[in-house]
Amino acid sequence: MSTLEIKDLHVSIDTEQGTKEILKGVSLTIRTGETHAIMGPNGSGKSTLASTIAGHPRYNVTSGTITLDGEDVLAMTVDERARAGLFLAMQYPVEVPGVSMTNFLRTAKTAIDGEAPKLRTWTKDVKEAMAQLRIDADFTQRNVNEGFSGGEKKRVEILQLELFKPKFAILDETDSGLDVDALKVVSEGVNRAHGEGNMGTLLITHYTRILRYIKPDFVHVFVDGQVVEEGGPELADRLEDEGYDRYATGAGAATIAAASAAAQA
Amino acid sequence: MTDITTEKARIGAPSAQPFINGFTEEGESLSPLNAAESKAPLAGEAVKRHSHGGGVGIPDSSRAGRLTSYKLADFKPLTGMEEDWRFTPLKRLRGLHTEVLGGAAPAVSITAPDSVRVETVGRDDRRIGSAAIPEDRVSANAWENFAEATVITVPSEVQVDGEVSVLLTGQGTEASAQHIVIVAEKFSKSVVVLDHQGTAVVSENVEILVEDGAQLTVISLQEWNDDAVHASSQQVKLGRDAKFKHIVVSLGGDLVRVTPSARFTAPGAEVELFGLYFADAGQHLEQRLFVDHAVANCKSNVLYKGALQGRNAHTVWVGDVLIRKEAEGTDTYEANRNLVLTDGARADSVPNLEIETGLIAGAGHASATGRFDDQHLFYLMARGIPEDVARRLVVRGFLNEIIQKINVPAIEERLTEAVERELAATNH
Ligand SMILES: Nc1ncnc2c1ncn2[C@@H]1O[C@H](COP(=O)(O)OP(=O)(O)O)[C@@H](O)[C@H]1O
Ligand SMILES: [Mg+2]
Repeated sequence: MSTLEIKDLHVSIDTEQGTKEILKGVSLTIRTGETHAIMGPNGSGKSTLASTIAGHPRYNVTSGTITLDGEDVLAMTVDERARAGLFLAMQYPVEVPGVSMTNFLRTAKTAIDGEAPKLRTWTKDVKEAMAQLRIDADFTQRNVNEGFSGGEKKRVEILQLELFKPKFAILDETDSGLDVDALKVVSEGVNRAHGEGNMGTLLITHYTRILRYIKPDFVHVFVDGQVVEEGGPELADRLEDEGYDRYATGAGAATIAAASAAAQA
Repeated sequence: MTDITTEKARIGAPSAQPFINGFTEEGESLSPLNAAESKAPLAGEAVKRHSHGGGVGIPDSSRAGRLTSYKLADFKPLTGMEEDWRFTPLKRLRGLHTEVLGGAAPAVSITAPDSVRVETVGRDDRRIGSAAIPEDRVSANAWENFAEATVITVPSEVQVDGEVSVLLTGQGTEASAQHIVIVAEKFSKSVVVLDHQGTAVVSENVEILVEDGAQLTVISLQEWNDDAVHASSQQVKLGRDAKFKHIVVSLGGDLVRVTPSARFTAPGAEVELFGLYFADAGQHLEQRLFVDHAVANCKSNVLYKGALQGRNAHTVWVGDVLIRKEAEGTDTYEANRNLVLTDGARADSVPNLEIETGLIAGAGHASATGRFDDQHLFYLMARGIPEDVARRLVVRGFLNEIIQKINVPAIEERLTEAVERELAATNH
């Protein structure tokens, strides 16, 4: 049983116009076995939250904490966080020239486990996971994400999720850009990983349709760098009907945020 | 065949100086080549044909107009402004362009199967000049100063098992001249490795003759000590249906400048020119190649890949490919790819394709210099891979494409290890 705890997180980035605050006090606790959905309009700071948890150097944490089973995540380097059990499926996976998928997957698995996987079972695991995600076998020979379509990149992110077996998976808009079939395949992959019982999931999405395949226990509505409302799966249904419009930014958001913070306390 | 309508296309060439009709640059066009005086076989027709075109209508930057001569005096002292020296820090040549090259040349030690003939010969040997003619002052300086030459001959129809290994060990920092001739006789098949090690300041001419139907691979390894300075003109002349593969690997040395040239003399021949270089802080690694498609129906394929890391690591790649009017049916492709690993390093890359006939099978070029950037690093590290391992993973993958072409397992292993060592060097 593990806990990922985010407390009053403030994050800013440096832009040409100066420092810009993007996350304005985010608190969130996820435990093993739970699925949390974070839903919010474009530009509300969802990717910022995900990237900050993973340790992307662009984002500066100005106050607040992130801990994993009490350990200070913010003090860890990017690779240490991954080895500690955090996995970020990226909204825009990066193409890495010169590195084959085979080589990449084996190197990452070795780093995460602290020892090289047994070759025979590893090859079998990779093959099976790829087949289940409908990824062509010849992808192993290709360079990481190079020339993959948007949907292929997302499936390869979930392939890694299944192979690396993290304690917490943060899925940043894994659903966007997928057609219905691909969405099903990807959701099944997430459910398989989650179903093993050793993982907590933070599912970031703009749309509600992925929630038909992945059932959240908690839904957090994210607007302008803050959680403005929290609830159970029924909140997602309301968002499907009403959209984000009623969460007007500005004074209203602050009141809702205060109310929701009070509710959580 | 592709019919290209442009009579003469120059792609990617450094902007050619506007040529004014009838204008002659006195010093250059009046420079007496004294071709008739020289006994060397390439000096007659070739010198006239290749002699500087300042007065006959070929712009200075066309490779066809480049001066070639066996005589040092024909080449003007270098200023650094010359097209072919503009990237080279002349100060670091340590006299290769100005001094009499009287130092001890790197010691030659050859391991070869019995079927291969190895000789040490004097300057008057008939094979000297059979495949090469200096294309720059430093090469001409070596030609004028070398004391003796090593001649390696693979006899007709002999297929050599294993490789001919030529170990060249530097003898110190006195400027010196080296001369090597490799003759692959008709229908022979062989691999020759030139293995440069130690400390040297040397200008080297390597002449390579690949006769009709012969297949030859020459691998030139530059794993010099940090203080070495090496200029190497490696010229190959190919007969009918000859096949030549050239792999240049430059890793060690303060300044290494390799200038391979391939000349076709009969149809059906094929060259593959590959290169790998890895420059660390302060190193200057330069490669300038020339493929002269002077006859019909020959093929050339060029791929050089380089990695750079550390302050003032500098690499230069210039690929001159000339398809002359006569060279119908030519098929050529050249590419250079560089991977810059840290700030403060600089890769210059100039593909230069000149096409004088429209009747060719194909001609292409590509040049790309990419940065191993923070996004790549973040992605790999977000998968638990430590920074140094991530860097190694990317570079190894990038350079492996060339290492794989070597096909000599012992050398492939050695180079893989050498690349790892380069990466381990923490100079960034
Ligand atoms: N590198 C950046 N430079 C400038 N603004 C940025 C940068 N990254 C994010 N932002 C801004 O931060 C806000 C949140 O972005 P993001 O976290 O990507 O939101 P979301 O994922 O919810 O769409 C947006 O206003 C966006 O424009
Ligand atoms: Mg986003």
